[in-house]
Amino acid sequence: MATPATTAAHAPGASEDTGLWSWLTTVDHKKIGILYLYTALFYLMVGGLEAALIRTQLAKPNLSVVSAETYNQLFTMHGTTMVFLVVMPLSAAFFNYLIPLQIGARDVAFPRLNAFSYWVYALGGLFITLPIFFGVAPNGGWFGYAPLSGPTYGSGFNMDFWVLGLQILGISSLAAAFNFITTIINLRAPGMTLMRMPMFTWMSFVVQFLVILAFPVITAALFFLQFDRFFGTNFYVVQAGGDPLLWQHLFWVFGHPEVYILILPAFGLVSEVLPTNSRKPLFGYNVMAYSGMMIGFLGFGVWAHHMFAVGLGPVADSIFSLSTMLIGLPTGVKIFNWIATMYGGSLRFPASMKFAIGLIAMFTIGGISGVMHSSPPSDLQQTDTYFVVAHFHYVLYGGAMMGIFSGIYHYFPKITGRLMNERLGTWHFWLNFIGLNLTFFPMHFSGMLGMPRRIYTYDAGQGWELFNLMSTGGTYLLIVAGLVFAYNFFVSRAKGAVAGSDPWGAPTLEWSIPSPPPDYNFAQIPEVTSRYPLWDLKTPDRTAGLEHSHGDAGAIAAAHAVPVHEETERRTAKELGIPMPVNTIKPFMVALGIIVMFSGLIVLHAGKFPLAMATMLGGGAFMVASLYAWLTSPLE
Amino acid sequence: MTTASAGAHEAHEHTHYTTTGLDNKKIAIWAFIGSECMLFGSLISTYLVYKGKSVVGPFPHDAWTSPAGQLFKPILNIPVTSASTFVLLMSSLFMVLALAAVENKGKPGYEGWQGSSKVWLAATALAGAVFLGFQAYEFTSFVHEGLTIRTNLFGTSFFTLTGFHGTHVAVGVLWLLSLLFIDIKRGLGPRDTINVDICALYWHFVDVVWIAIFTLVYLIK
Amino acid sequence: MSIERAHADHVHEHPTWKQYKWVALVLTVITAVEVWVYYTPFKDSPLFRPTLLAMSAVKFAIVVMYYMHLKYDHAIFRKLFVGPLIIAGCTLVAFLFLFGKVWIG
Repeated sequence: MATPATTAAHAPGASEDTGLWSWLTTVDHKKIGILYLYTALFYLMVGGLEAALIRTQLAKPNLSVVSAETYNQLFTMHGTTMVFLVVMPLSAAFFNYLIPLQIGARDVAFPRLNAFSYWVYALGGLFITLPIFFGVAPNGGWFGYAPLSGPTYGSGFNMDFWVLGLQILGISSLAAAFNFITTIINLRAPGMTLMRMPMFTWMSFVVQFLVILAFPVITAALFFLQFDRFFGTNFYVVQAGGDPLLWQHLFWVFGHPEVYILILPAFGLVSEVLPTNSRKPLFGYNVMAYSGMMIGFLGFGVWAHHMFAVGLGPVADSIFSLSTMLIGLPTGVKIFNWIATMYGGSLRFPASMKFAIGLIAMFTIGGISGVMHSSPPSDLQQTDTYFVVAHFHYVLYGGAMMGIFSGIYHYFPKITGRLMNERLGTWHFWLNFIGLNLTFFPMHFSGMLGMPRRIYTYDAGQGWELFNLMSTGGTYLLIVAGLVFAYNFFVSRAKGAVAGSDPWGAPTLEWSIPSPPPDYNFAQIPEVTSRYPLWDLKTPDRTAGLEHSHGDAGAIAAAHAVPVHEETERRTAKELGIPMPVNTIKPFMVALGIIVMFSGLIVLHAGKFPLAMATMLGGGAFMVASLYAWLTSPLE
Repeated sequence: MTTASAGAHEAHEHTHYTTTGLDNKKIAIWAFIGSECMLFGSLISTYLVYKGKSVVGPFPHDAWTSPAGQLFKPILNIPVTSASTFVLLMSSLFMVLALAAVENKGKPGYEGWQGSSKVWLAATALAGAVFLGFQAYEFTSFVHEGLTIRTNLFGTSFFTLTGFHGTHVAVGVLWLLSLLFIDIKRGLGPRDTINVDICALYWHFVDVVWIAIFTLVYLIK
Repeated sequence: MSIERAHADHVHEHPTWKQYKWVALVLTVITAVEVWVYYTPFKDSPLFRPTLLAMSAVKFAIVVMYYMHLKYDHAIFRKLFVGPLIIAGCTLVAFLFLFGKVWIG
């Protein structure tokens, strides 16, 4: 029945096992979350170094720190890395770690599929990152505009890695999204209605729908590009009547929801941090949930505002301009609700709170410059200049990354059992805050003065020198901030103060269990009667005015649920009689098969037809065989 | 245990509590189908956007003359495709009968070959294979008539769209054959309903995509 | 807003055999009409496209409602399917508009 792999991994106490094999075979959502976290932080370092090189090259006019070709590879990989290998996986780290804990579940719906998602991401990340060490990294921009990314103008291997790498990473995101949708719909503890879910879970829920609806579109667009590159089709070939705008439309139908995929998890995280540290329920919970859904829905109707410059005509311009202005409303509502959450609260300012407030301020700046772009006439002046670079770094660095840092400080004690050093956290915050404003604020000016994006150098005398120097200095400051964070992270992990189960006095279920949580999460499934179960328990006056009710008795009995309580005992799953999924290497093997299969196309491009076929068929066969082995072996 | 059930064992619906009382796999497959709507939506959009934009023939609905002066008929073969469409529609009927047979195994009215899940699973897989045969015939005859995926925009978008659909059919046939294999080996019964149901949902979805393609690509000029 | 828990035994009523065969017959008839219409002079009528699209939509709906038993199933499945279908449909129409395949006004 079981393969040798599963028997080996099924040693008693496998969850306490920390060897390499245990990480390769784990199906525990918390360990997978940690894998995501470390991998994404590693890529954050890679992407940050790429940014440092870019800024060094631009520090002064006419520098030649890197060549133009290397510069193209650097900015392409900086964007691709930060979007697909850093912010999405950091969000995924929190999805994995937190969603089951927040909804009172013992794991995700499909634990092995979850491991598969991670391994596809990890291996796909290597696939797209390694080429930079050989000078063949993707060089056509993170948006890969055809026909520049097509066979005629991008004849090298560079964009092959991009097209295939994104395709691989898409598999990871899609598999994870189906998993989390099912988990959130189906594994909530009794009484945890949708409108009682913690806001992070809510925002994650919206994001999963964005993923399953946006990624198929880029998948199709990438297949077209792949076919153009490898099989000589005509999708983006102008001579054959093909329309390059097709790529742009398909890309941005994906690309705009993608920016909400990047920001909404961060919104969710600060929506946990702010009420906890204001010691006050989230202001306007329902509106927060609905505006998240609204952002998600409207996110599919605004894509062409990335393309005003191509000349879509007055009707299309007006429609997309209006829908873009419209989407500013639910976003603005969130900002006001966060402020109102803090208003009248009993505030406390740990590092997580500083970063959360930082997000509100920085995202507002980025949001306002975003609304400026929604007007086609003003967009035509700003498009393709550093003004746009300033805008999206305010929302993605000042927004998404600040929110993620906030989440890391907040949840570090839950994940490791130890607190992060607050003094270093404060240093990190201020260095980061000053660094980011010094880097990105001057870009508004260099952009308005006409500095185009993606140029590898510029002449003196255009009024850009000071602003570029400031941006470069700011980047170095951000690196110092990053080093402070890394030092704090690793030292606190080893020597930080012991946290206990609920160091912040937070209201949601994940804080009712020990830190770090046992592999089964909840010894007994909790029955939830309100949005803030732990506050009901510890500070009932804080939540007295909110809705409380007991759920369906049948469901409570079916889940053997007990009222929410603090779990302090640490017993093994075996002692408690909780069936746990068996560790398995098969998801890793399937992921490996996929990577090998895709690599075959690179070999094909190299002109080695038999070897390419062998690689593709071999990888495909390995994948299918591993998949069958996976599907026919039991989970537990 | 290996053959204890088809499909992933991720959810033990009878031992594990779920919020909705529904099976995890069924929620996941519907989410997947929702996602597939966007994939085929993109493919169909592309086909329609490129309709009539080909610079050279062959064309789907119009006759054309090659540079050498040879006259070609419109390339789409409606009678053959109508037949394959009919086969795929019938496969959906076989599929629901297979599901009913699995769900009601042993109940009155499900005796004999008409109540045998093996018969209907085999019939569904066979119909899928016949559909793929028709498609292979269509593709090869197009290539003989000078239309490849590289010839023009029509070839590019047509082969990609129908090829993606065909790949989905092929995956479905493999899935059905896997179920059939398990059925022969140990027999599928009511407790396997969910595993047959998710396959059926996938299969019918592939069928409805074809309903759209048949009208949009073949019948409407 | 909350998702109702299905009945513990959740024996949703499925269509019967007889219904399945009727559905198949209806689908076959519509398909036959579609192909037949293609060979009649109606093909050049301005109503040809809308008629064919309507017939195709009806077939689509019948398969989804009866064969995929969405009509008889939990509402959550309907939401999971219809939501994405609407977004896909809107995107398709937007593409036709943006690429000048259909005109407004």
